[in-house]
Amino acid sequence: MSEGTVKKFMFVNRKAPYGTVYALEALEVVLITAAFDQDVSLVFMDDGVFQLKKGQQTKGIENKNFSPTYRALDGYDIEKLYVEEEALAARGLTEEDLLVDVTVMSRAELGKLMDEMDVVLSF
Amino acid sequence: MLHIVNKSPAERNTLESCLRVAAPGGAILLIEDAVYAATRGNAAEAQLRDALSRFKVYALAPDLDARGMGDRIMEGVATVDYGGFVDLVTEHKNCQSWL
Amino acid sequence: MSSIEVNGKSYETDEEGYLVNLAEWNEEVGNYLAQTESVELTDSHWEVINFLRDYYNEFQIAPAVRVLTKAIGKKLGPEKGTSQYLYDLFPYGPAKQACKIAGLPKPTGCV
Repeated sequence: MSEGTVKKFMFVNRKAPYGTVYALEALEVVLITAAFDQDVSLVFMDDGVFQLKKGQQTKGIENKNFSPTYRALDGYDIEKLYVEEEALAARGLTEEDLLVDVTVMSRAELGKLMDEMDVVLSF
Repeated sequence: MLHIVNKSPAERNTLESCLRVAAPGGAILLIEDAVYAATRGNAAEAQLRDALSRFKVYALAPDLDARGMGDRIMEGVATVDYGGFVDLVTEHKNCQSWL
Repeated sequence: MSSIEVNGKSYETDEEGYLVNLAEWNEEVGNYLAQTESVELTDSHWEVINFLRDYYNEFQIAPAVRVLTKAIGKKLGPEKGTSQYLYDLFPYGPAKQACKIAGLPKPTGCV
């Protein structure tokens, strides 16, 4: 990537937190990408929407609770968070259950947005 | 956009999610265990057949052959070799390797 | 794994001198870590250190320098929200050096 080039990055999160390391790894990559002043979008679909569930308490499983870090994204100028409408509905969740402000999108809108990206990374 | 899927439809919902979200007009390339989705009689056949109206669907021939499924490819799915894989990547503006 | 000793108590650190368990941190440990970095702590230093600890408690990460600079400017006034100000206080980098003294892990993406 040449210096000064801003690319459109999209990170697609499809895994629940804690069961695997994907969610945490994705979050770290996102924070690193933000340091390079790129245009970053985050998508949460399938079980990935569970990453944003309010009220996570991880003491009992002795894992680090990284859910508060999603609230730091705003300070990293990452403001484009998209959640798949159908994924929320299929899990009995609504926008109210999420710990950050997101844009809820239909699958068709998401697909269109994906097409506009320069780089799409799947987690 | 080119969507690359490598997981068996019987094991993961990756293909299903990809087909659900991907914008029509794109291409789907099935590689590794995902090639099972493109074989006749598999449980995801109807789903993939339905997708053929919206996407161009390809399967990687070496992966089909390695699994003894080279002769079971369903109609409407094109096979490509590694060179064809590279062509697909370069022909499309962007791609996503679904996990 | 290495360790430091402050007031007769031992604290685990990683190979770069960052405190392993940030819950163990206290001001004496902060003072000790500052000494090892040859930083003499003033009220201005403490302002940044306390800010970092609050930030970590809220978000569970150490902020990148750019983010820290912006947030400090917002909280403590624009004259303090510059990298010049922060580098004057912590010459080896506000994120690296100040985080270490504050008992935080190294910021993500910081090499």
